[in-house]
Amino acid sequence: MAHPSSYQPKSGFERWLDARLPLLRMMHDQFLVFPTPRNLNYWWTFGGILTFMLAAQIATGVVLAMHYIPSEAHAFDSVEKIMRDVNWGWLLRYSHAVGASMFFLAVYIHTFRGLYYGSYKAPREVLWILGVLILLLMIATAFMGYSLPWGQMSFWAVTVITNLFSSLDMVIPGLGTTLVEWIWGGFAVGEPTLNRLYSLHYLFPFIIAGVVVLHIWALHIPGSNNPTGIEVKTAKDTVPFHPYYTIKDGFALVLFIMLFAGFVFYAPNFLGHPDNYIPANPLQTPPHIVPEWYFLPFYAILRAIPNKLLGVIALVSSIGILFFVPWLDTSRVRSTRYRPVYKWFFWAFVLTCIALGYLGSQPPEGWYLTFGRIFTFYYFAFFLLVMPVVGKLERPRPLPGSITESVLGPEPARAPPKSTSSRRVREEVA
Amino acid sequence: MLSRCAIAAMALALLLPASTSAETQGNHAPEIKSQSWSFAPPFGTYDRAQLKRGFQVYKSICANCHSMRLLSYRNLGEPGGPEFSEKAVETIASQVQITDGPNEKGEMFQRPGRPSDRFRSPFANDQLARAANQGALPPDLSVMAKARPGGPDYIYALLTGYQPVPEGFQLAPGMHYNTAFPGHQIAMPPLLQDGAVKYSDGTAPTLDNYARDVAAFLMWAAEPKLEERHKTGARVMIFLLVFAVIMYLAKRSVWARLHHRDASHTA
Repeated sequence: MAHPSSYQPKSGFERWLDARLPLLRMMHDQFLVFPTPRNLNYWWTFGGILTFMLAAQIATGVVLAMHYIPSEAHAFDSVEKIMRDVNWGWLLRYSHAVGASMFFLAVYIHTFRGLYYGSYKAPREVLWILGVLILLLMIATAFMGYSLPWGQMSFWAVTVITNLFSSLDMVIPGLGTTLVEWIWGGFAVGEPTLNRLYSLHYLFPFIIAGVVVLHIWALHIPGSNNPTGIEVKTAKDTVPFHPYYTIKDGFALVLFIMLFAGFVFYAPNFLGHPDNYIPANPLQTPPHIVPEWYFLPFYAILRAIPNKLLGVIALVSSIGILFFVPWLDTSRVRSTRYRPVYKWFFWAFVLTCIALGYLGSQPPEGWYLTFGRIFTFYYFAFFLLVMPVVGKLERPRPLPGSITESVLGPEPARAPPKSTSSRRVREEVA
Repeated sequence: MLSRCAIAAMALALLLPASTSAETQGNHAPEIKSQSWSFAPPFGTYDRAQLKRGFQVYKSICANCHSMRLLSYRNLGEPGGPEFSEKAVETIASQVQITDGPNEKGEMFQRPGRPSDRFRSPFANDQLARAANQGALPPDLSVMAKARPGGPDYIYALLTGYQPVPEGFQLAPGMHYNTAFPGHQIAMPPLLQDGAVKYSDGTAPTLDNYARDVAAFLMWAAEPKLEERHKTGARVMIFLLVFAVIMYLAKRSVWARLHHRDASHTA
């Protein structure tokens, strides 16, 4: 939030640096004293968790890259060498593999939080769009990373997904095939494909980091949204980011790391697929090719459409549509907390995503396919029908007068006895 | 708020078993019963004697057809595994002939194995392996315990899953009926029978014990750092638990400053 700088250089060096590169001023104003709504709940802690996950993935990934060999002949064995002969290699690799899942778990919660509280609405459209861009980059990065162990699922996932581009043959004959061969670097998925996927898998996280900087910048112009969705009105509505949110985000992060560590140490392969411990074999197609769990809803959407090209368009649109959410939602209020009708549609959408995830893991036949189509319809209807129409028709519940009022109750003159009010405070703040 | 957060996380996590179980529900779905293993999380360790017996079964039966190319003889003596003595590892390694070279004359030569050598594969290449096994390729067993749904449970079920062919079942020539194998037709013959391997530690020489022991051995082969992982995990989890409690108390005490309307937050 734009606010007057309160930075006071304490030493000669700080004054000297401040006149040349006001880095410490920026840290002070944007991180320490940054005015943040006082009523953010734990759903707001996932931004910090995601920053940690990106750093963790880069740190483990950089060391893994020192031992990994991107070649058809050695990729699988070099991963096993990391597991067996590299000091703490098993910890690095399991942290990186499970870390991808945790990263997606956190980013999905973060996205649903933004959707629920209307964090995409003016003046935070650019913030939201940058977030969707990060999600897209994450999907690309995770997909490329999954190919690197060069197991059966790696190989066949690459084959299936790159082949999606061949659907462009239906638009201009030959275009798709040419594009696919260009991506492969040959006439089949092979060593050139693996090498470029590896190169890009190393590059993309740094692009993500760059967009994250923009995302945080765009956050710090309007400031954080909050569960009420109403704007900050007075200084009383905010608290300095430090220590209030450093400590709250820190606590949530420790809990999240416990979940993460639980998987790494006790069920490291639970989120993976056994077939990826079989070395890639271009001559043997696995009976069911399934992506990692975090792609299953999109996979279900792809397969719900009988036409290949339209299926690919639906797949791309399922994420692309998020870019338009700020203009699809016509509601006057941000937070779903004050939207009695929309609330039901929102939770139905969450259930739809979970159901699509389940259906994505099942063979596309019979009832699975029927339900896949019903849920795919609702997935898009939520954005294209519910958001514009319900926003216009619904009458929102009355909003609190201010953020402070939503936390501490109405003004003191009319305030209920102190004991009740402090209990309410605890509920809201905890 | 926190419990709602945890519920959401669990709901998402629940998607996953659905995706794994889907794999086992193909046609002729095999029933893989879950066994109790000494190495089960969170505190499990390998049973050294069991791993030694399992290696014995692998060496006398499985190794005739199945390679374990990712393992070295030295692994057999490393901590967290069967922990054979240094002498025993050298003896085991020296029992095989390894092709080495070229020497200074430019010729390949044979020498006894060393602990640093990889497990010698029974066949020089996949084609030879197929030719010797009526066209079927015995898969490498290095990470087998992680490469099949069910892992060691599956290996145990497979080795004890040979049964007479049910009436009306069309068995292809050279195949064997096995309840645990997808499709129920497996090329591997039931070589593991009661009494096939002589145990020296008093364990009953039964098929059931062989299957259990070799499944445990293959689990170790696939996951040689499991004990280190469980041990480190316990320390990490205790640390995080204490850390979380401290963070929670710190968070409460910091936020307590705000619980009154007139409180100043610029403390």
